[in-house]
Amino acid sequence: MTSNVSRWALLSLVLLMMPLGAWADWGALNMPKGVTEISNEVHTLHMRIFYVCVAIGVAVFGVMIVSMFLHRKSRGHKPADFHESTTVEIVWTVVPLVILIAMAIPAARVLIKMEDFTDSELSIKVTGYQWRWRYDYLDSGVSFYSQLKSEHNLARQQGADVDLATAFPGESFNGEEDVYLREVDNELVVPVGKKIRFLHTSADVIHSWWVQDLAIKKDAIPGFINENWARIEEPGVYRGKCAELCGRDHGFMPVVVRAVPQDEYDAWIADQQLAMASKGDESERQWNHEELVSAGEQVYQANCMSCHQAEGQGIPGMFPAIAGSDVATGSIDKHLSTVMNGVEGTMMSRFSEVLTDADIAAVITYQRNAFGNGTGDTLQPSQVQSLRTGMTADNGLTLPSKVASMPELNSNTGVN
Amino acid sequence: MSSATTAYYVPHSARWPIVGSIGLFIWFYGFASWLNDAPFGREMFFLGAAVMVFMMFGWFGQVAKESESGAYNTQVDSSFRLAMMWFIFSEVMFFAAFFGALFYARTFSGPWIGGVGGGGADMTNALLYEGFDYVWPTNGPGGVGGNFEQMGWFGLPLINTLLLLTSGVTCTFAHHAIRAGHRKPFILWLLATVTLGFIFVFLQAEEYMHAYSAMNLTMNSGIYGSTFYLLTGFHGFHVTMGAIILLVVMIRAIRNHFSAENHFAFEAAAWYWHFVDVVWLGLFIFVYLV
Amino acid sequence: MSTSDVTHHTPGEQHDHHDDHAHHGPAPGLMRWVTTTNHKDIGTLYLWFSLLMFFIGGAMALVIRAELFQPGIQIVDPMFFNSMTTLHAIVMIFGVVMPAFVGLANWMIPMMIGAPDMALPRLNNWSFWIMPFAFVIMLSTLFMDSGGPAGGWTLYPPLVLQMGDSFAFVIFAIHFMGISSVMGSINIVATIFNMRAPGMTFMKMPMFVWTWLITAYLLIATIPVFAGAVTMLLTDRYFGTSFFSAAGGGDPVMFQHIFWFFGHPEVYILILPAFGIVSSIIPTFARKPLFGYDSMVYATASIAFLSFIVWAHHMFTTGMPLAGELFFMFSTMMISVPTGVKVFNWVATMWRGSMTFETPMLFAIGFVIMFTIGGLSGLMLAITPADIQYHDTYFVVAHFHYVLVPGAIYSLMAATYYWLPKWTGNMYDEKLGKMHFWISTIFVNVLFFPMHFVGLAGMPRRIPDYSLQFADWNMIATIGAFGFGFSQLMFVYIIVKCVKGGEKATDEVWEGARGLEWTVASPAPYHTFETAPEINPGTVTR
Ligand code: HEA
Ligand code: HEA
Ligand code: HEC
Ligand code: CUA
Ligand SMILES: [Cu+2]
Repeated sequence: MTSNVSRWALLSLVLLMMPLGAWADWGALNMPKGVTEISNEVHTLHMRIFYVCVAIGVAVFGVMIVSMFLHRKSRGHKPADFHESTTVEIVWTVVPLVILIAMAIPAARVLIKMEDFTDSELSIKVTGYQWRWRYDYLDSGVSFYSQLKSEHNLARQQGADVDLATAFPGESFNGEEDVYLREVDNELVVPVGKKIRFLHTSADVIHSWWVQDLAIKKDAIPGFINENWARIEEPGVYRGKCAELCGRDHGFMPVVVRAVPQDEYDAWIADQQLAMASKGDESERQWNHEELVSAGEQVYQANCMSCHQAEGQGIPGMFPAIAGSDVATGSIDKHLSTVMNGVEGTMMSRFSEVLTDADIAAVITYQRNAFGNGTGDTLQPSQVQSLRTGMTADNGLTLPSKVASMPELNSNTGVN
Repeated sequence: MSSATTAYYVPHSARWPIVGSIGLFIWFYGFASWLNDAPFGREMFFLGAAVMVFMMFGWFGQVAKESESGAYNTQVDSSFRLAMMWFIFSEVMFFAAFFGALFYARTFSGPWIGGVGGGGADMTNALLYEGFDYVWPTNGPGGVGGNFEQMGWFGLPLINTLLLLTSGVTCTFAHHAIRAGHRKPFILWLLATVTLGFIFVFLQAEEYMHAYSAMNLTMNSGIYGSTFYLLTGFHGFHVTMGAIILLVVMIRAIRNHFSAENHFAFEAAAWYWHFVDVVWLGLFIFVYLV
Repeated sequence: MSTSDVTHHTPGEQHDHHDDHAHHGPAPGLMRWVTTTNHKDIGTLYLWFSLLMFFIGGAMALVIRAELFQPGIQIVDPMFFNSMTTLHAIVMIFGVVMPAFVGLANWMIPMMIGAPDMALPRLNNWSFWIMPFAFVIMLSTLFMDSGGPAGGWTLYPPLVLQMGDSFAFVIFAIHFMGISSVMGSINIVATIFNMRAPGMTFMKMPMFVWTWLITAYLLIATIPVFAGAVTMLLTDRYFGTSFFSAAGGGDPVMFQHIFWFFGHPEVYILILPAFGIVSSIIPTFARKPLFGYDSMVYATASIAFLSFIVWAHHMFTTGMPLAGELFFMFSTMMISVPTGVKVFNWVATMWRGSMTFETPMLFAIGFVIMFTIGGLSGLMLAITPADIQYHDTYFVVAHFHYVLVPGAIYSLMAATYYWLPKWTGNMYDEKLGKMHFWISTIFVNVLFFPMHFVGLAGMPRRIPDYSLQFADWNMIATIGAFGFGFSQLMFVYIIVKCVKGGEKATDEVWEGARGLEWTVASPAPYHTFETAPEINPGTVTR
């Protein structure tokens, strides 16, 4: 029987070792060091407690294994009869306590440092939406939405049948190269060497803005603002994710931070301000039908496809089809109000603040003509714009900024 | 006790629990369906409730009968005592959740929304609720439910406090009476207790109606309305239950079920009653007074 | 009343002696199980129920793992994936581990303390018979139009409020489970306080009884709080209250505080009885009394006490004030001290014993080692600045599966093998049992160890699809999951085989067995200790 046990034990040990062969790169199995002072300190702390834990494990398991080897009946060991010792009980209460205190002191020090929000040089408000982020540079007025890049969004659909490794080539275990699900349409650009203050909030449910290289993770709570900060030391692209379950597409709301030198940053801000100013023109000008359809396809793939699916077929019982939908082939007013206001109590959320007038006009035109809907309708951005001003004026529908900050989470029928 | 047996009483089999499970199932399946406006929801709800009432009468009736027949020895009696005690403790913890919500909203999240406190609270106020000042009572920066009046402590709540405190005293008198073997005063004191309890419930209903109709204070009045109604509502529900239990005990007393030594059903009801009393004091202080 | 010493009688003999009591044998047919008030029957019901739920919850885990086998979405819609995660956790915690522990309590506590039955047999029946209804409601939501709950087992608002019509059903199912647990715990408290045989002092009780007593208090104190929290969700959703909505002056984070005030003690509810089981098994197979019994009792009580003041370690990223973060970090770290005392006591029990390694002992040792691994990663999570990085990644998933699967689940398997001969009168197949242990242990590590790596490298939890750099380890974990899952079919086979027959077990079963349960016949007669056993200062009861 004993040999039986040891045979099994040996086999299991060998099998347990097997996955070790796959350890191509140790670094990628561990927490990255990151690029801020805080992230480095967190990393040091992590390694230190890790080694302490390993040491405790080795000690405890070591004694157990020695005992299991020496004090077994099959070796003829006779049981001792001791079963109490106040001295050792005190020792193994006090020693762990001392170890813990030794751990707690540096931990508290780092924590206090992390929580020092004073003297920031730049403030960015980060708002979580299902499922995208909105960034408002409070000092320069630049603001935009940022979401999973559309190639990725296409590739991750159920039954998309994309060979991810060829579509998104990269080295496994070489963090930077592997970008599947880690790229966004609009990156958050920030200057290096500045203490940046992030102000987190959410428009719907709780999200969590996490960039590992900055050792930043903070929940975005609807109706509250949480503070956080980072001073990035090296220029580069740092990727993160939403870390709090926020519904169906929680896995698909990445964060990309591009840290650039100050002058590059200033130039970028100027560009953005210009672009924002010209956005208005986009809504004003007349578009032609084809232009709207092709722009609409882009908007659709980025915003709608994850639910209504690539061919507009929807998912029965969950998301209605757009192909042949009564709404997308019927009254354009109903269609427009569905998209702009969402459908209360369902996952069809309100897109009036997320999309520009041009985007809305484009996606509606697209939906009414694609998937065999063929209504031939065209909706102009200017029409959306006039409606929007009208909407605000006559029935008190909330303005974008107000909605972002004060979600009406309290309706009787639930959220959204 | 008045028992001839020394063995711990273990019933042969029990039919009421499964009736209770089925009743609960119908009751809450119905309730959930009702909440979703599904067909038969309401009917199921009432059917389930009826099954539960039936079960309670059956179950407690059986226990009462067994108790009368002397099947329970002192050890069984202390099992009942322990069970009742810890059941009341679990109820205390249930209320603790709602009191916790009240304290948390008043001392933490309320002030944060109002811009008081560190870690982003000032920004919460500045960016999201500019111009909003937090004062309790509040229905939040969204003014959920519209303007409302705060429920004062004077008037009905104060009267109710006095009623409940008095009922606690009459309940204790009843206890003294039965312990001395005086059945008639026992029944009369019980009657007084039950009556006071029902008057309390009646006045509480008055208060709610007034709040809804004249003060625009509803469940929908933000966190104030939420905590107010859930705390007082669950309390009111417990008073109702307690009064019904006492009423049943009174009926049993009239049927001469209790003796100076054996009256645990009454004691359990009395403990429950005192618990309800103490919760009310907490409510009166934290919901109405401060 | 008979005065005969019932301890050493078989059921047949009992019938002869007590034919005046019709209730001595089980009633025939299905109704026996529906109406039973016998603690052994009810224990059996609980145990079968939780085994069934283990396969349901496990099948859900296999759906999760299958989807995560490769990057990309192959098998299920993300929404369904989320409801699998949610229901997997709810089923495993409320449908497997808790009922199984209650089942063991039912079977063993009366036998361990020399009681004729549980204190409140009728209530006991009800506690069990609510559970199937609760899970019928819970699982039926999967078949409703709006799908099962998909907001995680933590039910955070506002997300959970987005759920469709099935929301109310989920809430009520949770209420049912709560009612069942609280009634079950009250019964256990009453039994331990009131039903001990004369001479069975508190400090003579087996550790399993102690740990359950303390667990029962945790349950009575926290389940009602959980009930309150979900009730607030219900009223926020259907009755217009604003507990968790800032617009009305509430706060979504308030739910998290209330939830974790329950949730953290809950995880000790899932482990304290396991500590008790292991504290029974190790002395038996080391043939040496439990080392430091008194300190074990105090350690258990300290863990229970501390568990009430650490809850916000699940909320380090919610933006608590600094003082709060420091407090919760320190208090959480403190829990390692009493837990360490337990681990050290087990090791000291083994030290200089005369050990044999039958299946229960293997599972118990597996428990000690792998629970400690999980505990140490828990300690890492307690370090707030580091937890801000670990939080909501697979590192956390690895932590809690180590304490739950090779922790709580292993203790259940150990208990099953340990007491199965007493329950059935037959020995289980030792060879198969050992094989079951080794295969499970290999696969459970292949399953959960890699989760540490992907977690540290940045893989968030609760996602159906992931970036390519996590692909290798996820594939390995999935292989481990299927291996571990399917090797549990062996467990079922061994149990069924043992119930059907096998080598007859002696009353003592194990050479080093200690405690009253080993003084009654195997299989244990339908009624034990109708007359209290005699316990002298010298009687070995633990
Ligand atoms: C059985 C269940 C169980 C048990 C016993 C534990 C035990 C512990 N847990 Fe765990 N935990 C969970 C189940 C459990 N946990 C679950 C389910 C979650 C996730 C919930 C969710 O979000 O879904 C979780 C999450 C969780 C978190 C939150 C992580 C996050 O979301 O960011 C934290 C943080 O502090 C934590 C800490 C601890 C600690 C310190 C212990 C300690 O009790 C461990 C103590 C044990 C030891 C330390 C090892 C033995 C000791 C020695 C050998 C002595 C020597 C030691 C020293 C000197 C230190 N746990
Ligand atoms: C006691 C509790 C417990 C137990 C035992 C388990 C057991 C397992 N868990 Fe679970 N798990 C949790 C508690 C538990 N888990 C919790 C609390 C969460 C968090 C949820 C949340 O985020 O909200 C979680 C989350 C969780 C995740 C993360 C999901 C995510 O974040 O997206 C994963 C992923 O791998 C996982 C896997 C597994 C696996 C593979 C097992 C295996 O041990 C299971 C073993 C498998 C079987 C036993 C299957 C047997 C079935 C067959 C052989 C098929 C035959 C079928 C039939 C006959 C019907 N679990
Ligand atoms: C998260 C999922 C999701 C996303 C993303 C989404 N929708 Fe929807 N949509 C829904 C759901 C669910 C409904 C059904 C609402 C109901 O029950 O009436 C719906 C309904 C609709 C309808 C009405 C269809 C009908 O026949 O009832 C239209 C039109 C529509 N959506 C357009 C869009 C557009 C345009 C976008 C992107 C800009 C979009 N949706 C993005 C979930 C989504
Ligand atoms: Cu947003 Cu998860
Ligand atoms: Cu915890």
